[in-house]
Amino acid sequence: MRNIIALLCGLFFGIGLAVSGITDTATVLGFLEVLGNWMPDLALAIGAAVFVILITFPFIMRRKSPLMSQRFLLPTTKFIDGKLVGGAAIYGVGWGLYGYFPSSAMSSLVYQDWKTAIFVAAMLIGMTLANKISAN
Amino acid sequence: MAAYITPIIGGIFIGISAFVLVLFLGRIADVGGIIWGAVSAQPDNAWRWLFLIGLVLGPLLYHTLLPTPYPQVSVLPWWYAAIGGLLVGFGLKLGSSFTSSQGLLRIVWFSARYLAAAVIFTSTGVATLYVVRHLVPGL
Repeated sequence: MRNIIALLCGLFFGIGLAVSGITDTATVLGFLEVLGNWMPDLALAIGAAVFVILITFPFIMRRKSPLMSQRFLLPTTKFIDGKLVGGAAIYGVGWGLYGYFPSSAMSSLVYQDWKTAIFVAAMLIGMTLANKISAN
Repeated sequence: MAAYITPIIGGIFIGISAFVLVLFLGRIADVGGIIWGAVSAQPDNAWRWLFLIGLVLGPLLYHTLLPTPYPQVSVLPWWYAAIGGLLVGFGLKLGSSFTSSQGLLRIVWFSARYLAAAVIFTSTGVATLYVVRHLVPGL
């Protein structure tokens, strides 16, 4: 049952990305084009998603545990360090270069453009490299 | 105005997905983290793979049920995809998965950590796009 929920959540997420146009790199790059022909689509999509979470969040806060797991596994790291700043800066460069997030790149695999597969493969290599560096 | 409706509807879908995932599984819809967990064979992994399968099938379902064309393929050369992907993966993991586009729950928690990351990666994203579009000749 947990797995069915996870599958449905993935489906909803993927549908949301496609409907909002985030699976189109032109939409995402259009959002970053603040000095030109700016496209608000990404801002609207994120705003709507945040709104949904804002109104549903108190409902989660009242619970001691999730419905189908023993506890909430939420991020606990609070500090801002050099790795966060550097990592975010590097992430932004990659994002601005091609216009994919991890999520939109994964979803866009279904469009069968080989460059998307290259993006995802390179992303996995990048994660592996950073993991090695962080471990040392 | 009508053009602005679809991003909002899409965002609502994404928000519902993030809400349901945390409500039922207690997990954040942090796609970068889910991908990493899936490929690095973390315990209790089935949900991650199923989430990713859903993530890929979602757009297929949408474009099929509501006959809409696939987005146009990026005109950028393949090595943009290669370098872009490498930097996205590297930066995300170096920053301990500060976010995917969906550090949404963290925005709601007003996490200073997430907000700092979002300001930084949006700034470098804007700067990178500016350089590529206006300063690199021939593109």
